[in-house]
Amino acid sequence: MKFHLKVWRQKDSHSEGTLEDYTAENIPADASFLEMLDIVNNSLTGKDVPPIQFDSDCREGICGSCSLTINGVPHGPGRGTTCQLYMRNFRDGDTITIEPFRADAFPVQRDVVVDRSAFDRIIQAGGYISERSGSAPDANSVPISKTIADKAMDAAACIGCGACAAACPNGSAMLFVSAKVTHLGLLPQGKPEADRRVLGMVRQMDKEGFGNCSNYYACEAVCPAGVPAAFIGRMNREFTAASMKEMAGMTV
Amino acid sequence: MTLDAHIPDGPLDKKWTNYKNNAKLVSPANKRKFELIIVGSGLAGASAAATLAEQGYKVKCFCFQDSPRRAHSIAAQGGINAAKNYQNDGDSVYRLFYDTIKGGDFRSREANVHRLAEVSVDIIDQCVAQGVPFAREYGGLLDNRSFGGAQVSRTFYARGQTGQQLLLGAYSGLSHQIATGAVQMFPRTEMLDLVLVDGHAKGIIVRDLNTGEITSHSADAVLLCTGGYGNVFYLSTNARGSNVTATFRAHKRGALFANPCFTQIHPTCIPVSGDYQSKLTLMSESLRNDGRIWVPKSKEDCGKEPSSIPEADRDYFLERKYPSYGNLAPRDISSRSAKEACDEGRGVGPGGLGVYLDFADAIKRLGQKTIEERYGNLFEMYRNITGENAYERPMRIYPAVHYTMGGLWVDYNLMSNIPGLHVLGEANFSDHGANRLGASALMQGLADGYFVIPYTLGNYLTTQFGKKVDANHPAFEQALKETKAHVQRLIDIKGTRPVDSFHRELGLIIWDYCGMARSAEGLTEAIGKIQKLRKEFWSDLKLIGGADGINMELERAGRVADFLEFGELMCLDALTRDESCGGHFRTEHQTPDGEALRNDEQYSFVSAWKYEGEGNTSTLVKEPLVYEQVKPSTRSYK
Repeated sequence: MKFHLKVWRQKDSHSEGTLEDYTAENIPADASFLEMLDIVNNSLTGKDVPPIQFDSDCREGICGSCSLTINGVPHGPGRGTTCQLYMRNFRDGDTITIEPFRADAFPVQRDVVVDRSAFDRIIQAGGYISERSGSAPDANSVPISKTIADKAMDAAACIGCGACAAACPNGSAMLFVSAKVTHLGLLPQGKPEADRRVLGMVRQMDKEGFGNCSNYYACEAVCPAGVPAAFIGRMNREFTAASMKEMAGMTV
Repeated sequence: MTLDAHIPDGPLDKKWTNYKNNAKLVSPANKRKFELIIVGSGLAGASAAATLAEQGYKVKCFCFQDSPRRAHSIAAQGGINAAKNYQNDGDSVYRLFYDTIKGGDFRSREANVHRLAEVSVDIIDQCVAQGVPFAREYGGLLDNRSFGGAQVSRTFYARGQTGQQLLLGAYSGLSHQIATGAVQMFPRTEMLDLVLVDGHAKGIIVRDLNTGEITSHSADAVLLCTGGYGNVFYLSTNARGSNVTATFRAHKRGALFANPCFTQIHPTCIPVSGDYQSKLTLMSESLRNDGRIWVPKSKEDCGKEPSSIPEADRDYFLERKYPSYGNLAPRDISSRSAKEACDEGRGVGPGGLGVYLDFADAIKRLGQKTIEERYGNLFEMYRNITGENAYERPMRIYPAVHYTMGGLWVDYNLMSNIPGLHVLGEANFSDHGANRLGASALMQGLADGYFVIPYTLGNYLTTQFGKKVDANHPAFEQALKETKAHVQRLIDIKGTRPVDSFHRELGLIIWDYCGMARSAEGLTEAIGKIQKLRKEFWSDLKLIGGADGINMELERAGRVADFLEFGELMCLDALTRDESCGGHFRTEHQTPDGEALRNDEQYSFVSAWKYEGEGNTSTLVKEPLVYEQVKPSTRSYK
């Protein structure tokens, strides 16, 4: 197959970027999108053009490294990650635009590589259960209903790729934050710190420059882990309740 | 040079308890004074960093990914073993220990493996407490599944994403410690050298992958938690970035590399479809619980639609050859059987390199909904990659490199032969012998980080009072200079071939000669080919761009340079071990029905290799394996 690529090239975070034209030739239909870029990069090297710098690691849809906006959609067509997109989903001769994940809180570092450390800082602001290694009670001492455990798992499945924020017209990270708040908030082990957690994480999210949710549902549409936007409503309720407690001077 | 594993005295099941009772303690006031470097943020690295920081040590943690949450442990699917015996099916610490020793074909250390089985139960408690959403039964208790190489159900799981959930658990603990300031995290930072002062590991040299800046970091001890070297094969189930650089550069500084030829080929991966492919995708071994593996009995049927082949014409080869374990035979045995079927011309799919994994019976027995619940995400992944629906048509699978049992040599304290240099998780060699059982990599990574190193590190640190060095020490300056020169040397080659082409070629050599079947003749040939390829690499590599800023080809070039040296060591180890055991199958040594033939009399030892300089043959140091509790027997899964 053959494709016309328009690829975002940017030297570093201080420089301006532009879309450059490249041709991808002799691409097997069974190649993944990233393998197509590998082939293009090898041919660029041959032509003394610096290869396109893009993030990827596991290449099986779970690590959350890959982060390309393809034809305007984070991770491109389909519901998976960029690495799980296969060229058979495109037509021969298609023009494909490749840009970084765009959000105010994700500065571009080079070409289509972005800095998503804001997500790490949000987790550091409360996305954990404080417990000491070796001090845990027997794992079966607290039964958890299968329904709750399954729902917690739905939320925990988030891979932290950032597509939600890149897809959102407001650059909101609320799907990401609500996934962690829901995962830990549903489990009995996570309840004691639930108020502190939601307050800390939401405030950090605001500080990082992510916007708020105004119900576009673009996040849900691109989430490779299938995290439902309904969790955002759940987080908002938790946040309101925790804020009230805080205002009333109750310890959180 | 002799190796002392420092195994504690006493009966096997009391060794760890005795050890803990007598281990040196570091007081809280002193813990604050010790700085630790942890390289890698996977299960071993993140759990160690979180635990040691929580205990009061000052920790610096480094990873090459853009976030510690992306370490490759995240991709483990199936589960984690623990001797909880929640199923009341006869499991015990002893059984988990025995299964692991036997699964490793009696090439691992008894004392280490027993300790692993002992702490396995604590890991599950720990993970549940930190919010890992393991699968549960309707009564609210934890669910278990069975896994290869065991006859009990002791595997805990979180859908098909157990590694992800365990890693995110450890990452949350790490994040907590970063927030308190106890851990300083360095993402997108790659270790390029180990620094020794008076023979002790006192720091590392790293490159900031964003800016290209190369800097030194000093500490009182260094912990390498950098995973395995499966990417020496180029195509493997490892992540693109997984590499041998941290451990190999420590090896070049004197750390012994143990059993490099012990690699694991996983039986259930999606077959290769072309030469553009950048990685192989694993389908969790848990699929073998319900899937039945077969190929047509006759070659002529291979091209036919599988559903049109009647039962009588199918060969369920694992069930036929290993009736008591059937489709759950250990990984090495299952992989080799698939290879044999394909070598006989009975393979299916492109190039005849595949066997069927069929769920038709399970769907009939349990209904599609149950199968969807158990393996839904795997079926989806398979459909996405191959374009086929495995609910209707059997999956095609083929073995692929998945895990490496070899690694840096460590003693019972998880310390290498370099004082102060500790090695955890897949990066060390210690627990899996010549073959690892399913669901025990996660177990070992977390055991090392949460429950072993926090106890054993004190024994070293208490010898280091008043021996602090800082990064201005001449040893650091020298190492810094050498690292910069090495990076520049790669850039200055200015040849014609991109780095991937060298890596691909190396991978094919290793797969052909040091993969599922090995021979003296083939290995000797491979060593020659690798030496030649290495020479070409250093004269014909083409890199665009310099050492400043993000340059992923440069990162890869450094890693491939190490693989090119490491690959030779791997073949040398395979050549020297003139027996078959576990995943190391020497065609010269097999039983009449094609099983691995061990030679305990001559090869019951750990092969630890000493680096002797580039281009020189490494020296073999042997650590004899002494079995007090179990009697090595012929591994039989029939």
